[in-house]
Amino acid sequence: MISTFAGPFDVLFDLQRALEERLASDWLHDQTASLGPFPPINVFQQGDDILAIVELPGVDKDSLQIQAKENTIRIAGKKTVAYPEGISLHRCERTFGEFDRTLSLPVKLNADKIKAEYRDGILALFLPRAEDDKPRSIKIN
Amino acid sequence: MAAAQELQVQKKRDLEVQKKRELETKEEKTVPARIFLPITDIYEASDALTVILEMPGVEKGNVSVQVEDGALKVEGRLELGKYQGLVPLYTEYNVGHYSRSFRLSSKIDQSKISAEMKDGVLFLTLPKVEEARARTIKVS
Repeated sequence: MISTFAGPFDVLFDLQRALEERLASDWLHDQTASLGPFPPINVFQQGDDILAIVELPGVDKDSLQIQAKENTIRIAGKKTVAYPEGISLHRCERTFGEFDRTLSLPVKLNADKIKAEYRDGILALFLPRAEDDKPRSIKIN
Repeated sequence: MAAAQELQVQKKRDLEVQKKRELETKEEKTVPARIFLPITDIYEASDALTVILEMPGVEKGNVSVQVEDGALKVEGRLELGKYQGLVPLYTEYNVGHYSRSFRLSSKIDQSKISAEMKDGVLFLTLPKVEEARARTIKVS
């Protein structure tokens, strides 16, 4: 009797469990498609604008993909490490693979004026704050 | 198919942030900057030893490589002046110079050491001295 006639809350409990499982997995984690915390990012303030400095040694510039939308910026790419054949590897500390990371900022960005520079293994992103997001000063009459 | 995809996802997740290890020395430093150990790969072929060091932010001209008494010492200096005056909002990694030394097990021809810096990665090729190279000996 009990097994066929389940309580009215079971459906709700199942739903809740399903939702919790979703949150425990990578789904809906950062609200954007991102995988892990690589690469490490430092964010600085420059007046009204933001400067993000990313440590990314040994990455091909052409494999880097940067996208911006409203207040998020996405950095995706691939880091490859190649060893020649017929060698013996003594020390292997470098990591490689694909990365995809999205950074959310507290301000809206002016996507057209974003500048990206990759030099010496450092990716610098100049992120100007959107004009309509800047605070406006109000004159007192 | 599903298994292959799963494997790929697994691979992607492998790329984790490596925590920077700081250089430990007996002596005290005279400069206030921090010094980190660059992430290193070393491999050996029959004729040469290759050392690859990741030193993000270090320019070509600020690298020094020394081989002395069978020890290899690599130093990379960062121009910290660039970071002065910046107001940090959110930080995930520390910035500092790089230094690391290795004891070499085989004899290196010092005059033939070549170094190449690309995208913050230093590639060092240390050719072995002729007599230190592996030779196959035929048994007659």
